Amino acid sequence: MPDVQSMVLEFVNKLRKRKIEGSQATARCTVELLRSVISHHRVPHHANQASALIDAVKAVGAQLVAANPVELAVGNVVRRVLHIIREEDLSLATAAVAGLDLLDASDDDEDVNGKGIGYTAMSAAVVAAAARSTLRPPSLQTLLEGTPESATVPYTSSSGADSESKSKSADKSSITRKLKHDVIEGVNQLIHEIAGCHEQIAEQAIEHIHQNEVILTLGSSRTVLEFLCAAKEKKRSFRVFVAEGAPRYQGHLLAKELVARGLQTTVITDSAVFAMISRVNMVIIGAHAVMANGGVIGPVGVNMAALAAKKHAVPFVVLAGSHKLCPLYPHNPEVLLNELRSPSELLDFGEFSDCLDFGSGSGSPLLQVVNPTFDYVPPSLVSLFITDTGGHIPSYMYRLIADYYSADDLVM
Amino acid sequence: MDARRGPLAVPKVRRVGFFTSIEPSPDSPRPNRSLSGPAEAITTSSSPLSDSPSGQFISPVQIPPLRHRSDNLAAASRAAAPVPVPVPGPSAFRRQLASDRALHVGSYNPVDSLLGTSPPSSNGEVSEDSGSLFGFQRSDSAKLSASFPNGGFDMTMRVRAPQESEAKVVIASTSDGRKKNVEPSGTSEPVAATKPRKEKEQKSLKEKTSKAERRAIQEAQRAAKAAAKGEGSKRAGESSRAKPSKTAKQTQPKKDVPQVTSSLSEKRTVSVEKERRMDVPQAQMQYDDKSRVDKAKRRSVVEQTESKNKVELFLHLPQYERGNQLPNLSSNIFTLDTIHHAVYKVGLQHLAGDLSGDNSRCIAMLHAFQEAINDYTTPPMKDLTMDLTGKINGYVSFLIECRPLSMSMGNAIRFLKNQIRKLPVDLSEPEAKASLCSEIGRFIDEKIILADKVIVQHAVTKIRDGEVLLTYGFSCVVEMILLYAHEIGRKFRVVVVDSRPNLEGQKLLRRLVARGLDCTYTHINAVSYIMGEVTRVFLGASSIFSNGTLYSKVGTACVAMVANAFSVPVIVCCEAYKFHERVLLDSICSNELGDPDAIANVPLRTNTKHAKTMDNNKNLQFLNLMYDSTPAEYISMIVTDYGMIPPTSIPVIVREYRREDLLL
Repeated sequence: MPDVQSMVLEFVNKLRKRKIEGSQATARCTVELLRSVISHHRVPHHANQASALIDAVKAVGAQLVAANPVELAVGNVVRRVLHIIREEDLSLATAAVAGLDLLDASDDDEDVNGKGIGYTAMSAAVVAAAARSTLRPPSLQTLLEGTPESATVPYTSSSGADSESKSKSADKSSITRKLKHDVIEGVNQLIHEIAGCHEQIAEQAIEHIHQNEVILTLGSSRTVLEFLCAAKEKKRSFRVFVAEGAPRYQGHLLAKELVARGLQTTVITDSAVFAMISRVNMVIIGAHAVMANGGVIGPVGVNMAALAAKKHAVPFVVLAGSHKLCPLYPHNPEVLLNELRSPSELLDFGEFSDCLDFGSGSGSPLLQVVNPTFDYVPPSLVSLFITDTGGHIPSYMYRLIADYYSADDLVM
Repeated sequence: MDARRGPLAVPKVRRVGFFTSIEPSPDSPRPNRSLSGPAEAITTSSSPLSDSPSGQFISPVQIPPLRHRSDNLAAASRAAAPVPVPVPGPSAFRRQLASDRALHVGSYNPVDSLLGTSPPSSNGEVSEDSGSLFGFQRSDSAKLSASFPNGGFDMTMRVRAPQESEAKVVIASTSDGRKKNVEPSGTSEPVAATKPRKEKEQKSLKEKTSKAERRAIQEAQRAAKAAAKGEGSKRAGESSRAKPSKTAKQTQPKKDVPQVTSSLSEKRTVSVEKERRMDVPQAQMQYDDKSRVDKAKRRSVVEQTESKNKVELFLHLPQYERGNQLPNLSSNIFTLDTIHHAVYKVGLQHLAGDLSGDNSRCIAMLHAFQEAINDYTTPPMKDLTMDLTGKINGYVSFLIECRPLSMSMGNAIRFLKNQIRKLPVDLSEPEAKASLCSEIGRFIDEKIILADKVIVQHAVTKIRDGEVLLTYGFSCVVEMILLYAHEIGRKFRVVVVDSRPNLEGQKLLRRLVARGLDCTYTHINAVSYIMGEVTRVFLGASSIFSNGTLYSKVGTACVAMVANAFSVPVIVCCEAYKFHERVLLDSICSNELGDPDAIANVPLRTNTKHAKTMDNNKNLQFLNLMYDSTPAEYISMIVTDYGMIPPTSIPVIVREYRREDLLL
């Protein structure tokens, strides 16, 4: 499959050159690439379908993550896809087992109905798929009920599949096709979810934004834009302060779009954040990634705003689609999960070229320029997360994240 | 003088104790005696005069800072007086001295000694003390000057710090009375002969009179002048006509006289209030007050157009459209006669933004004033003190039109006005001008240049080898500290944090790198990224308010806050002349708005530039704040010319050290 390989390479190049910006765009591209990887994947008949798929996705995923390790959305999406494959495989296995042991349609239906209710995090399409295959929903209730079962599942699934593949070679091709079909269905569902996360978050705006409020935001986030506009559409009039976000000036972009949609917008310098925060009712930012401990990685300058908000007891609200939820616990995220951009954004090379020269004098340059892209906000400074599944406090994030990923994929 | 004062002082001690309560002294209020000095308060606390509620108790805990001047005086008086009995404050008995003796006492510097020895028992009390004290002195000096219109009171005038206070009412009345006395007696001599004398009198009075009174006197003068013109024809009616107008004009101040002299406590409160009112700087103009803005506009030289799209929160601050008026203004630099060209130039530099940094702005302004004073000539029939103060006021309001003054400039202007006010009356014009210029020069040298050197010496002790120092923006003191520390061989690294739109940090960076310092440059958003490796933060200041709030270039608060979050000590370097007795809680109420276009114009990126049509959109505003206020809790230490102090000590410095320089 040379075309898939070239697609992967192309995407890796894009990531490496930072051609794709924004976690949402990256996530969408990644998941689309993975879908084509899965759909083009040909497994030899004797091999285990699921594990082969997982291996293939992991291989591609590792490439992608290596291409841009700070873009956590890539890893998140890869893990999500892996999770989908595992779930589909598991459900197929249980279906097979159920088909072997029970062959009781009515029981099956009941099972589906009972579990379909708990399974709201994923969408109706998957539930529909699950209606056929009795996918085990990863809700807390079933997790508790099926604890002994789940511990053995990874082994039984593969070994069971193996045994089945040997014993039931006739069914195998249909199961393979079914698995792939279900996985792609699930991935489509994921794409749909990533694309639609704005609306789901924006729906909650009316609960959080009131009349005559003053809201501070920084960075350019589509989620924030939709969130604010949703409140505006509900006839809430409020004022928005946008920090300009030097040196990338994404605040200007956001301000422009806000104004185009008729919001009262004031652009302030980043340095004026502390000065203005005393008159601000709420800080709303879009996250770049949300870590499992509830910490947030956001556009540079966010930590400053969060500290100022904490000082003035202003709620600090983070908007994050589910693709931004990262199952990792950060260590030294300011440095390790950061990215330094070109100094030319800060200093004119022409003016300072003599200072930046490596060759002169002692060999080390006198002047260093630091231009980080991201900022880490510790969970203690965050008041609320608003995701597409509702509002959550920072200490709950680990649990929310556990719903989306399987523990085997945390380390890729 | 000293030799004569000693012998005088000893017998007077007893007289003070016994006689003052009986002695009726209509125009010098009694309680002032008890305020004459703590020395007297200790020794003669049983005296019936010490019934004034304030000033007689000295807290044993608070030892007032020693002043060299008062030290000298004390030593001198001790040497002169054989008796070890504490010499009472000279002002205590000065009142009852014969007028010729008062002259000698006047050469003493009572104000200094009193201030130096008066303990800061409690803020309110002491200020009351000094207030009424000044009131007393002024009334005294008024009497003296009134009785010696032909000179000979130069010493008293030079030493004293006459200020606008209620006591001047007394002056006015006494002088008025005297004039009346003169006129009837001198009916034979022509009015023209009495006039110069009167004027001289008035000159001495003017600097101590309030605005209303001054106006009254001026009117009277004018009337007299007019009368003198028509003297040949209606000589007989002259005095009668001039006099009524004078008295009519002065009825209002006269009305106050009985009040003042009758109830002492009232007088004290009034004078204290005046004093306070003078102490408190004029309230900043609130630009959402339409009527006042209009009034100010009518007087203004610079035609500023208010920008239309202002942020609602900052309607109280002026914001003007930029750039269009500069060529106009610079063309008429020499044709404009109301504003001196040096001041004009500084104003335009402010307007164009060529001057930045509080110290350089302040120095430029003071130099311009120096030049203006040098070129100043008192118009005929006018008083130097009054006219020059008016001129300076005009300059200041022009400068404010160009750009709102910084706090330090306000302090410097207050200093200058005080200097003008306390000019000895008998000084000839060139002498007065020379003295003013040298005072300004002394202010620059002492309060700014020397202070900076002291600060550098202090601050450099806080820099150790291997440290990483962070500084924000451009502060010339911080630059001097860093360069000096580098010069004496400290090995350290500097992180320069900068912010849009001024990018002053680049200026600092260039200078530091040119001198071979190891620098890291970043922008303010990245401050929490870089703060992890920083060991100390050095910040400059525009002003520090008496509640410890640091008022500085916008972004300083952010840096201090992040440093605080990372447990990095924040050291603020600030000359003491920038301290201000106002209080400030947030950055909204008092601030300066910069050019909003500076924010709208984003460098290097064409796609983010706001189209011209966007500028007119009512919904989009740009806010360019110039300053912000850092709460005192973020500041670990303030390095100032008086040493290294915590932010809680600012009010003490303002009270104890600044008074002598600026107000007296």
